[in-house]
Amino acid sequence: MSIPKYPDPRAGHTYCTWTIRILFALLAGLAPALARADFALNLPTPATGVAQDIYDLHTLILWICCAILVVVFIPMAIALLKHRKSVGHQAAKFHDNLAVEIIWTVIPILILISMIWPATKLVVSMKDVSKSDLTIKVTGYQWKWEYEYLGDNIRFMSNSSTPQAQIDGEQPKGEHYLLEVDRPLVVPAGKKVRLVLTSNDVIHAWWVPAFGVKQDAIPGFIRDTWFKVDQPGIYRGQCAELCGVKHGFMPVVVEVVTPEKFDAWKQEQKALVAAAAANAGKTYQMAELNAIGEKVYTANCAACHQANGVGIPGAFPALSGSKIATGDVAGHIDMVLNGKSPTAMAAFGKQLSDLDIAAVVTYERNKWDNKTGDLVQPADVAARRK
Amino acid sequence: MNTTTVNDATGHHDHDHDHAPEGFMRWLTSTNHKDIGSLYLWFSLFMFFFAGALAMLIRAELFQPGLQYFQPGVFNQLTTMHGLIMIFGAIMPALVGFANWQVPLMIGAPDMAFPRLNNWSFWLLPAAGTLLIATFFVPGGAISGGWTMYPPLYMQGGIAYDISILSVHILGISSIMGAINIIVTILNMRAPGMTLMKMPLFVWTWLITAFLLVAVMPVLACAITMLLTDRNFGTHFFDAAGGGDPIMFQHVFWFFGHPEVYIMILPSFGIVSTILPTFARKPLFGYVSMVYAVASIAILSFIVWAHHMFTTGMPLGGQLFFMYATMLISIPTGIKVFNWVATLWRGSITLETPMLFSLAFVILFTLGGFSGLVLALVPVDIQLQDTYYVVAHFHYVLFSGSAMAIMAGVYYWLPKWTGHMYDEKLGKVHFWVTAIAFNITFFPMHFLGLAGMPRRIPDYALQFADFNAIASVGGFLLGASQLLFLYIVIKCARGGAPAGNRPWDGADTLEWTLSSPPPYHSFVTPPLVK
Ligand code: HEM
Ligand SMILES: [Cu+2]
Ligand SMILES: [Cu+2]
Repeated sequence: MSIPKYPDPRAGHTYCTWTIRILFALLAGLAPALARADFALNLPTPATGVAQDIYDLHTLILWICCAILVVVFIPMAIALLKHRKSVGHQAAKFHDNLAVEIIWTVIPILILISMIWPATKLVVSMKDVSKSDLTIKVTGYQWKWEYEYLGDNIRFMSNSSTPQAQIDGEQPKGEHYLLEVDRPLVVPAGKKVRLVLTSNDVIHAWWVPAFGVKQDAIPGFIRDTWFKVDQPGIYRGQCAELCGVKHGFMPVVVEVVTPEKFDAWKQEQKALVAAAAANAGKTYQMAELNAIGEKVYTANCAACHQANGVGIPGAFPALSGSKIATGDVAGHIDMVLNGKSPTAMAAFGKQLSDLDIAAVVTYERNKWDNKTGDLVQPADVAARRK
Repeated sequence: MNTTTVNDATGHHDHDHDHAPEGFMRWLTSTNHKDIGSLYLWFSLFMFFFAGALAMLIRAELFQPGLQYFQPGVFNQLTTMHGLIMIFGAIMPALVGFANWQVPLMIGAPDMAFPRLNNWSFWLLPAAGTLLIATFFVPGGAISGGWTMYPPLYMQGGIAYDISILSVHILGISSIMGAINIIVTILNMRAPGMTLMKMPLFVWTWLITAFLLVAVMPVLACAITMLLTDRNFGTHFFDAAGGGDPIMFQHVFWFFGHPEVYIMILPSFGIVSTILPTFARKPLFGYVSMVYAVASIAILSFIVWAHHMFTTGMPLGGQLFFMYATMLISIPTGIKVFNWVATLWRGSITLETPMLFSLAFVILFTLGGFSGLVLALVPVDIQLQDTYYVVAHFHYVLFSGSAMAIMAGVYYWLPKWTGHMYDEKLGKVHFWVTAIAFNITFFPMHFLGLAGMPRRIPDYALQFADFNAIASVGGFLLGASQLLFLYIVIKCARGGAPAGNRPWDGADTLEWTLSSPPPYHSFVTPPLVK
């Protein structure tokens, strides 16, 4: 299968057959009004060839529908105005007409057949993930994304960064409210990026409207998709598959940079990984752990167990005064590391570093009604990892 | 035509020496198709208001960005239960209520074929409905994973998830029994001379719908039973870690789910196909092609299910097959619309309330069909799946489709059922407010979906604020205007101008040969159909 060639994304309708061109020409006068993206009446401005083709396919089918609408509803309007009892119209007696019925079966079939070609061509190219320049593994978690640059040993979590106070209306909402993250996915412009997607818990869907990419991330299975963005910039989207309590708060942000900048970014990330490895084995003070732990707790735990640790009765257990958070330390670490299947309690061992887990366990054991005074070090966590 | 002795309207026609009990026992033990039909309709009206109230709460939360009234978990309960109750509690029972009232009347039968089964299929509903509503009060609250119940999310909930499965099982049993009853009644109890191709279209649509129900409700039952055992008994049907596949659930669910949406629309087609000829005073155009169109829609509805799953990433061949099949289904759907318009053409049209609702149905359902066609194209669907565009699509086909056809049918047959005319002026007000508010609520959702707003979220980015505010205002108006509907129905049930046997001069089906309300055993001697 060959990779279809994409012209400049804004070049327009690459696949119109000439019949359809005529239709377009007829309706072109009206088109700009609906096609203006800044009124947000239409699909967002495409950033990839695929998104552009989707945009054009949608415009095409929309105009076909409008044309059929006019053809059908003009006679209906006439009948409703003229063929009224109140204006003295007598009812005719006819009740079928084979010729008419054949015509209005065959014409729609022909219209649909004319749609098949552009639609099929586009599906084929969307499915073609071959010859990619770069592969990134995307893993969905309740409720964040993990990006892993395969072969480069770069791996990080991408959390929503909209402050809770904005959501609760205690602070004015920022420009990118709900569409901002702490660490965006960074990709090079002009390169074909292949994503392989899976999930750690429930089904999520990775979606960036301007790319024309939406792909479910399914636990236990790998799916792939691709995109190629020419214009550097920041592109925003959201999780599109209901995935639990914070489904609406699971943004996707992609930063497209020039290939040179991308290489520099990669070096930077590798340096960070090396630095973190050097820090392993260090021991921490209570205050340090509590500070880190509070951040980790807010980002990962508070959605269910609540900021005040009381949980939601019946759905999510309280941590304040709980048996696990005040009992044996090893049991507490295990719960955080391994989760509790099949509940919403995830196995955080896969998502968080030893330091993060040590910090959050320490935090939970000393916050609220829990005054155990226990201090958990990263090495304790590392020891309990299987 | 042979009209029976029809002077006894109160229902004490003592042919089988029934000592029909009074009061509550009359309804609890009733085996009469008209009583049971009324029970279905009242039940569905109650559920319509209950699920409608949930929708009001949803629109209140979405009026502005930010979280105002509900925590996200509660919001998800509201959307899930709104969908589940509207589909299983409001639309489906209403249509079965129509079948109960109208099928025997329209085919010239004394009652349904299995009257006791009929009683049982109704009385399962309040039990199931109570269970479902009760889940709001169990620890953890009601189910919140969407009416589609996808695992693994469905694995994560509390006891409500198991109760809801039980409830849906009961609803399914009720539907299957109702469907069997309808099939047997139609096939065996038609008046002499009424061949299949002389049946009113409403009867045809219900015959086909009943076959769909019998075919797919057991499939749903299988899917949710597997969910139940995955949740409670350690099986791994849908758990990849144990060798299962969460996507398999979606396939099984939508194998039920797509025919299900046609179960909700085909009888509505039947209602509208009955009303348009009456008020155009002209026979239905293309009766035979209408029958074939309904039958082919029903058959095709079994091979399009995966159009709900284009973003799961199925193989190329799968995407193409389901795209072509889905496009194909719009052909018979289109034929129906063309036939309705041709029925109006050169008629002698009057615009009573049932006619207004039916005309709005034709126009607005067609818009829903168009958005369906847009969604059929895989690339466009991948962009729009799980956005407000889909929400707009299914409300155009389900609210302005099924629900407005149901309202049309209620206005049309209320005079027959109660013996009184409804208040025509109020009916028209109800129509106009409903139609306008509906469009204010749901038309902007197309734009929201195109611009990228996901569905099933309690809070949204600022660019979506304006259209959401508009939709909420429309939604409140739409909700409030249905109180008027309730008032009109109650007023008509309690009194009004006598309707006479046939208040609509263009109506020609058998029910209009009977008194209004019809005698206890409808047609005691079968009428002769020429
Ligand atoms: C021309 C006929 C129709 C076509 C081509 C069509 C096509 C589609 C497609 C492709 C979807 C999937 C959208 C998505 O999730 O991405 C869909 C969703 C849906 N359709 Fe239709 N449809 C048609 C008519 C109807 C009718 C008559 C009904 C019901 C009376 C209906 C009810 C629904 C519902 C409820 C959903 C959404 C289900 C959900 O995800 O919750 N559709 N339709
Ligand atoms: Cu999600
Ligand atoms: Cu479908």
